[in-house]
Amino acid sequence: MINIQNYVRPQSLEEAYQLNQKRQNRIIGGMLWLKMSSLSVHTAIDLCDLGLDRIEENQEQFSIGAMATLRQIEQHEGLNRYSGGKIAAAVKDIVGVQFRNLATVGGSIWGRFGFSDVLTIFLSMDSYVELYKGGILPLEQFASQKADRDILLRLIVKKTPGRFTYRAMRNQRGDFPVLACAVSRLNGEYRAVAGARPGKALLLRDEKKLLSDGITEASAQAFADSFAELVPTGSNLRGSAAYRTHLIRVLCTRNLLELGGNDDHGNQA
Amino acid sequence: MTMEIKLKLNGKILCGQIEPDCLLIDFLREHGCYSVKRGCETSNCGLCTVLMDGKPVLSCSILAARADGRDVQTLEGLQAEAEDFVGFIADQGAEQCGFCNPGFVMNTIALLRENPDPTDDEIRAFLAGNLCRCSGYEGQLRGIRNYLNSRKG
Repeated sequence: MINIQNYVRPQSLEEAYQLNQKRQNRIIGGMLWLKMSSLSVHTAIDLCDLGLDRIEENQEQFSIGAMATLRQIEQHEGLNRYSGGKIAAAVKDIVGVQFRNLATVGGSIWGRFGFSDVLTIFLSMDSYVELYKGGILPLEQFASQKADRDILLRLIVKKTPGRFTYRAMRNQRGDFPVLACAVSRLNGEYRAVAGARPGKALLLRDEKKLLSDGITEASAQAFADSFAELVPTGSNLRGSAAYRTHLIRVLCTRNLLELGGNDDHGNQA
Repeated sequence: MTMEIKLKLNGKILCGQIEPDCLLIDFLREHGCYSVKRGCETSNCGLCTVLMDGKPVLSCSILAARADGRDVQTLEGLQAEAEDFVGFIADQGAEQCGFCNPGFVMNTIALLRENPDPTDDEIRAFLAGNLCRCSGYEGQLRGIRNYLNSRKG
């Protein structure tokens, strides 16, 4: 059980940042994962007054505030028009509506959780994070870094022309995925992401050019075989490493066949 | 160190002194809202569902401090709205032990406010975060379906 001695709602980002420099203080996000820990927190920092719960859209990009909930991205018309409904598909089986009304995009991304459907789907997109001190950097780079004491402000998703697919295997609805897989074609570049390996999501590109002549059953299978070989997997109570590697092969093939075609605009209305 | 919060609970302004790590479920039960029950403790069962600013949330997983300045509703304040459909659920024998019922009812209220005419799949998807260990969920689904059909005449 988490123990919290003080609770503060900072009125500025600088105040939040200064508070967050102390090791015993914590930004609480949606608090769903934090609540399960046995931490002793000196000051819980709640960012709920800083206007970070909005999703803004312009012609070039979506800007998703760190305190926006998973339910907000599930229901956001623009995000789902751009992704062909795949953002909603990626989060719809995360526990229930009540949970998704609390869980924040920032919490999911900052935590770089191995089980994260959210990190998996957004890695397949042209995504960036905006940090208070660290500025804007690609999500792929951020995901590979260790957590520090900066503050995640926003997730930025560029409207790069693309097509997206997403599949996850769960032992039962609402549970963590045994394996999650997203595949995309962004400006002609194929990206494949494997999440819940059970390590954090890993993004690989088609460096062997196996899909350069388009997606057929044979090229999809060849790419998926190569992807499965390159992605390290592990075992836990939900599944073995061998099972996960098999799932990568199956889900990646199905995603590629669903992606189909060679244009980048299939998902967009 | 205790802190003071002020929120609207079931339409009435309520002030209270809390510890910073007090969960909303504990605050609500201390103030007489016994329909809000503690179940799984892992944010999975939906038993503790309340509406915060109209949205269903898990009161076991949110600090009471975060409810400061918000509008919180529990089943105690929504009995009239619930009465419309709980009889249809009871008619199906969907509640056996009844422990999950308040959470189900609260989330059904949220569903019907957001989507007054849901399909069966939409009902299943919205209520997926409410676990029932007695039933197979079909009774609840039939009850809500019968209620929706009755509204259409």
